[in-house]
Amino acid sequence: MNGMNFEGMVKMACAAPIWTVEAEGASWRKMAQACSDQGGRLVSIWGSEAGKGVSVFAACVFSEGMLILRCSAADGKFESLADIFPCAARMQRAVHDMLGVRCGEEGERPWLSHGLWPPFPLRKSYDPSADFVCEEESYRFVSVEGEGVHEIAVGPVHAGIIEPGHFRFQVVGEKVLRLEERLGYKHKGIEKAFEGLTPREGAKLAARISGDSTVAYSWAYAMALEALCGVTVSTRASLLRGILLERERIANHLADLGALGNDAGFSFGLAQFSVIREDMLRTSKAHFGHRLLMDIIVPGGVSVDIDAKAGEAIFAECAAVREKVLVLREIYADHTGLQDRFLATGKVESGLAARLGLTGLAGRASRNVSDLREDHPYAPYDRLGVSMATHHGGDVAARVSVRFDEILESLRLIRAMLEMMPEGETAGEIPECSGFGAGWVEGFRGEVLVTLEVEKGVIRRAHAHDPSWQNWPVLEFAVIGNIVADFPLINKSFNLSYSGHDL
Amino acid sequence: MSAFGLFAQFLQLFLTVLLAPLLLGWVNQCRAWLQNRQGPGIGQPYRKLRKLFQKDAVIAEGASPLFRIVPYILFGAMCLAAAIVPSLATDLGFSEAADAIALVGVFALARIFISLAAMDIGTAFGGMGARREMLVGFLAEPALLMVLFTASLISQSTSLTVIVETLAHRHFGIYPSLAFTGVAFLMVLLAENARIPVDNPASHLELTMIHEAMTLEYSARHLALVEWASSIKLFAYVAMGIALFAPWGIAQAADWLGMAFALPILIAKLLVAGFGLAVIETVMAKQRIFRAPEFMGTAFLFGVLGMLVHFLLGA
Repeated sequence: MNGMNFEGMVKMACAAPIWTVEAEGASWRKMAQACSDQGGRLVSIWGSEAGKGVSVFAACVFSEGMLILRCSAADGKFESLADIFPCAARMQRAVHDMLGVRCGEEGERPWLSHGLWPPFPLRKSYDPSADFVCEEESYRFVSVEGEGVHEIAVGPVHAGIIEPGHFRFQVVGEKVLRLEERLGYKHKGIEKAFEGLTPREGAKLAARISGDSTVAYSWAYAMALEALCGVTVSTRASLLRGILLERERIANHLADLGALGNDAGFSFGLAQFSVIREDMLRTSKAHFGHRLLMDIIVPGGVSVDIDAKAGEAIFAECAAVREKVLVLREIYADHTGLQDRFLATGKVESGLAARLGLTGLAGRASRNVSDLREDHPYAPYDRLGVSMATHHGGDVAARVSVRFDEILESLRLIRAMLEMMPEGETAGEIPECSGFGAGWVEGFRGEVLVTLEVEKGVIRRAHAHDPSWQNWPVLEFAVIGNIVADFPLINKSFNLSYSGHDL
Repeated sequence: MSAFGLFAQFLQLFLTVLLAPLLLGWVNQCRAWLQNRQGPGIGQPYRKLRKLFQKDAVIAEGASPLFRIVPYILFGAMCLAAAIVPSLATDLGFSEAADAIALVGVFALARIFISLAAMDIGTAFGGMGARREMLVGFLAEPALLMVLFTASLISQSTSLTVIVETLAHRHFGIYPSLAFTGVAFLMVLLAENARIPVDNPASHLELTMIHEAMTLEYSARHLALVEWASSIKLFAYVAMGIALFAPWGIAQAADWLGMAFALPILIAKLLVAGFGLAVIETVMAKQRIFRAPEFMGTAFLFGVLGMLVHFLLGA
C-alpha cells in the first residue's frame, strides 16, 4: 500500500475507503508527514472527550483513501500539524476553543470563540448556565504599517443579505496589501447539539449544518452511521443519492454563475441562471418533495422513491438545462466586459494552492486536483466513471469554467444513473449499535466529512467538516495585489460557507 | 421676465421634480424586461420614497450638523440644475441667472457636499466612496465642459436657452462636431449618474460601490432626499442630452400652444432615452474601477475632437 502500512491500521466498513489508526507519541506527526510526502492532504482536525480524557483526531488523505489518526491529549496538549499542513492552524485553534487542549503556546488567539459563551463547550463537564466573564473582544489583527496604508473593516453586518463574516483589509489606495478574516459569527453550537441525540434525530440536524450542502451533509452523516452499523445501501438507493447530490451541485453552481455575473455588473446573467435554477428546484419539489432536497437522504437509504414518470421528467430536464447552459456559457465567454473582470482576478497559482491545501472546486481550478468521485469512487460513482473538471488558470475565470464543466458532467451523470437504475428497495433498517464511523462525500464545494461516535443508541460526539476550512485561508492570499473593489467577485468565485465553518 | 417665462419656469421645475423618479422607474423597468424579469413597475421609486419618508431617521454617532444638512443642499442643487436645463421651453425665468458653466458648477457643488458628508461619518466606506467619486468627478467635469463648449461655439453663447434655441432652429442635419460630443456626453451621463459600466446602482456589495458607498449611513428622510436628488440628476442629464442633441419640439418664447405640444414630445423622448439607457446597462458589465479614468479620458477626447471638428469644418 505505497509504504503506508502502519501498525494498527484498521479499515472501516465504509462506502468510502477510510482507515483508522492509533497514533500516540511521535507516530502522530510521522504518519501525517508520510501522508504529506505522498502528496496527500489534511481534511480535518477535531477533538473528542472520551472516558479518560480528550482525544484529538486528524483525517489525512493518502493515495488509497483517508487515514484517521487518533492521539490522546491527556495532559491538555497535542502536537501541531500546522508546519506539515498549513490549513491545520485554524482547526487546531478551534479544537482549543471547543475542548481546551492546545498545541500552540499560551495566549494564542481564539478562532471560533468570541468570548461570548463559557469556555470549552464540548467538554462533558460543560455547564452552559455557568457564570463566566463575557470579555469585550480584543482580537489582535495583524496590521500593516507604512506611508498611505490604511484599514478597511468590512462586516460582519453587510450591505446585502449575506452570511456574517468580518474582513479586515490593509490597503494602499485601492490595492489590497493584506486581508485577514474573522469568522465564528454563525457559531450555533451544532456539534454540542448532536450530543445525546439518537442517530435518527442526528440525521435531521446534519441536514441543517449548511443549507446549500444539505444533501452532501445528509449523505456523509448517513454514510458514517451505516459504516458504524455495518449496513450497506441498496443499489437503487445509492443511485438516487447520486442523483440528489448531482442535482444539488448543479443548482448551486447555477446560482454561483448567475451571482458571479451579477457581481461583475452583468445582472442579465443572474436573471437567466436564476430561471434555470428555479425550474430545477420546482422539479425537485414535485418529485422529491423538497426544493433543496432536505431530509431525503436518510440513514439506510432514501426517504423518497421516484416512479418511471418522474424519472423521465428528470431525464428530460437534464437535456433542457444542458441546452440553456451551453447558450449562457457562450454569452459569458463572448462578453468582453465580463471576461475583463474575470480573467487574472483573484489568481491562486497551483504551487500556492498545493502548499496551502486548496481543495474542492477552487482547488481543481488551480490544478490542485482532487475529486472523491474520481479518486476514490464510492457507490454509485464506482460504476459511472466521473471525469473531473480541472483548469490551470487559478483565477475567477478558471473557477467559472470549472463550474460550467461540472454542471455538464453532473447532467451526464444524472442521465447515466437514471438509465442504470434497477428496481428495488430504497430504505433500510439501522440497527442500534455503538462505535465510530465516518462518511466522506464530494459536495459542491469540495469534500465533506462527518464522523460519528455512538454509544448505547445515542450520539456521543459528531464532527462535521466543511471544505471551507481549507479554502478560507487561501482566499486571504487570492486577493493580495488585487483591488479592493474586486474582492466581492473573488469571494463569490470561491463561494465559501460561513455556516458550515462556524458550526 | 415675461409671464410666460415665469409660468414655463415653474411648470418645468414642478414637472421635473415630480416626474424624475418616474424616469428612473422606467429605466429600471426596461432593464427588468430586457432581462426576462417582470420588474417592480415604473412606480417603484415613488413607493420607495414614501417608505423612506415614513421612517425615523437614524444618525450616526459623531455626525456633525453638515451630515444632516447635506441631503437638503443636494436636493436643492439638483432642483436648481433641473430648473436651468431647458426641457419644456427655452424661455425660462432663470435662464439669465445661470449658464452652462454655472450648471457644471452646480453639479460640482453637490458632489463636494455629498463627499464631505460621506467623510464626516468617518467610516471606511464613506471615505472610499468619496475618494472614488472624486476620481470619476474630476475627469467627468472637463469632458462635460468640452461638450458644452462645443455647443456654445455653435450658438456663440454659453447660455443654455440660447444654445437650445439655436440648435432647435437649425436645419435637420448632422453636425459632425455634435456627433462626437454626443458620444462624449453619453459617457459623462453614465459616469455622473453612477450607472453601469462605471458604477452599479443595483449593487449591494459595499466594497464595489461609488455613489452608494457615500450614502450608506443615510436613512429615512435623508436617504429619500438623496435618492430623489439622484433621480432628478438623471432627469436633468437626460433632459440636457435631449436639449443639446434632439431639441426639436421644445416650446419657444411665448408659445402657449407649443407648450402644450412640448410636454408629450418631451415624454416620448424621455421614454426612448430611458429605454436606450436600459439597453446599455443590460449589455454591458461593470468595469474595474481603474478603467474609469480610461473611460472618462475617452469621453474627454471625444469632447475635444468635437470642438476641433467644429473649428475645422465650421459645423
